[in-house]
Amino acid sequence: MDVVVLVKYVPDPTGTPKLGEDFLVVREGEGGTLDPGDEYAVEAGLQAVEAHGGEVTLVSMGPEVAMSAIRKGLSMGAHRGVLITDPALRGADVLATARVLAAAVARGPYDLVFTGSESTDGYTGTLPMAVAGLLGIPALTFARKIQVEGGTVRIERQTDLGYDVIEAPAPALVSVTASAAEPRYATLKGIMAAKSKPVEQLSLADLGLGPADVAPTQRVVGITPAPTKDRGEIVTDGEAAVARIVDLLVEAKVI
Amino acid sequence: MGAIFTYAELGPQGPMPSALELLTKARALSGEVAAVALGPGASAAAPVLGTYGAGTVYASDDPIFTEVVGQAAAHTLAALAATHRPSLILFPASQEGRDVAGRLQALTGSTLMSNATDVLAPDRAVTQIFGDTQIVEVALEGPEPRLVLMRSKAVAAEPSGGEATVVPVEPVVPEGALARRVERHEEPASGPKLEEARVVVSGGRGMQDPANLQLLERLARAIGDAAVGATRAIVDAGWLPYHYQVGQTGKTVKPEVYLAFGISGATQHVVGMKGSKRIVAVNKDPDAPIFSLADLGVVGDALALLPKLIEEVERRKAAG
Repeated sequence: MDVVVLVKYVPDPTGTPKLGEDFLVVREGEGGTLDPGDEYAVEAGLQAVEAHGGEVTLVSMGPEVAMSAIRKGLSMGAHRGVLITDPALRGADVLATARVLAAAVARGPYDLVFTGSESTDGYTGTLPMAVAGLLGIPALTFARKIQVEGGTVRIERQTDLGYDVIEAPAPALVSVTASAAEPRYATLKGIMAAKSKPVEQLSLADLGLGPADVAPTQRVVGITPAPTKDRGEIVTDGEAAVARIVDLLVEAKVI
Repeated sequence: MGAIFTYAELGPQGPMPSALELLTKARALSGEVAAVALGPGASAAAPVLGTYGAGTVYASDDPIFTEVVGQAAAHTLAALAATHRPSLILFPASQEGRDVAGRLQALTGSTLMSNATDVLAPDRAVTQIFGDTQIVEVALEGPEPRLVLMRSKAVAAEPSGGEATVVPVEPVVPEGALARRVERHEEPASGPKLEEARVVVSGGRGMQDPANLQLLERLARAIGDAAVGATRAIVDAGWLPYHYQVGQTGKTVKPEVYLAFGISGATQHVVGMKGSKRIVAVNKDPDAPIFSLADLGVVGDALALLPKLIEEVERRKAAG
């Protein structure tokens, strides 16, 4: 089984990202990592090949530094990586990103494509569907449980009321939520092995795409700080706290 | 300028609240507003969609739209867009909205903006980033229709008292493999609904153990019109089912009082509750980001405070 996992390099999720003068997130020279949401997708991909044989290829689009995200996935156990880097991709929007990733996936054989549900920095949450749409394959999105049997993929998806079971034949794309699989830690052996695993670096032209295919369709015209709320009252004494909370509930006329 | 279309997501009880919010926004931007309602209940939803501003409702009651995930609705919308050439299509930023809009984008090659908090014009939308600390205005370019997914409750739905013309729609189902919904399971919920309760009592990692969540249930019962909520962290950990989740990928709530116990205040969560009238946060860490939102912040152990709080609420209520 050929498995592809789409991964993203994101600014350190515990810090506040920086914006450059062009309103784009500064990615070089800042801390960054494999998107934590993508670790679940890598794990799901690894579990699929452990159960059914085959190999996992990681595909990422980003600047040179995005290599570290691929290395992290390789150290978890993925077999090889593909990184698409091109100056024309700076500031690429979701459509451009989907076109690039779909073109990279389509270069090789694939049975399953795994992704996270949304990136930790952008939160758009539609890239998996757009990639599946461009590849012309079904998308099983927001999976909390994944089962692959014969040529069929079956997922459970959380809903407001409970959960749905969704099914499609492979090849298919599966976007996973954090409930799908607890990501494994990279072992020291895995980290060492990752250094010698193959990573192919491609440009836009290598994918048969030109600058017009990835021209941005969105332009930031202004950023303003959101109004901040005045800091409220802070209480540290337990007894006083209980009384203050109850007073507030009374003021709000909810008790 | 072309019309504005809105994607009207349908629930078991009719159109979802998002359908009415999107129509309210659309009619502020254009005199020509249509809703697209696909799946069982679509025709029945048309009158209420008309009341909120849809001049036309493109409707199909075909069950194919609930059976096939995303693909049928996206292809049908693409066909409608090719015929009627709307300049903008508004979607809810829900799972279904994302399934359909993402797939549609692959067909139309349009720009797509997600998590919009406002739309200023058919080619201009607003979102908030970095934990909602920055407001970003974005110009939407490229081929029409532009696709914008709006955050839940970003707009307050208001009826305009109109009436819709219903135009039946033929489903367009793509050739090739489909993702099909083969089973639906409901997990029964008790007490008032999270989005409707006047008070929400939420817990995060600081509750330490699933067994401690009964303290939140007890407090909610003591207050009365209160529902229990949760952060994504504890839902992912399996402490509570998904329908308890408040936040970016869960529910958006705006109660009279939001009580946050052992919640640090990650962006993911804050986005779903910051519109609450009054926010009370209890957390051991004085530097927890949740305190910057709180009207009343208590630096202390939620587990130690909760039993005393329950007792005091019960005492005050008994005293009338």
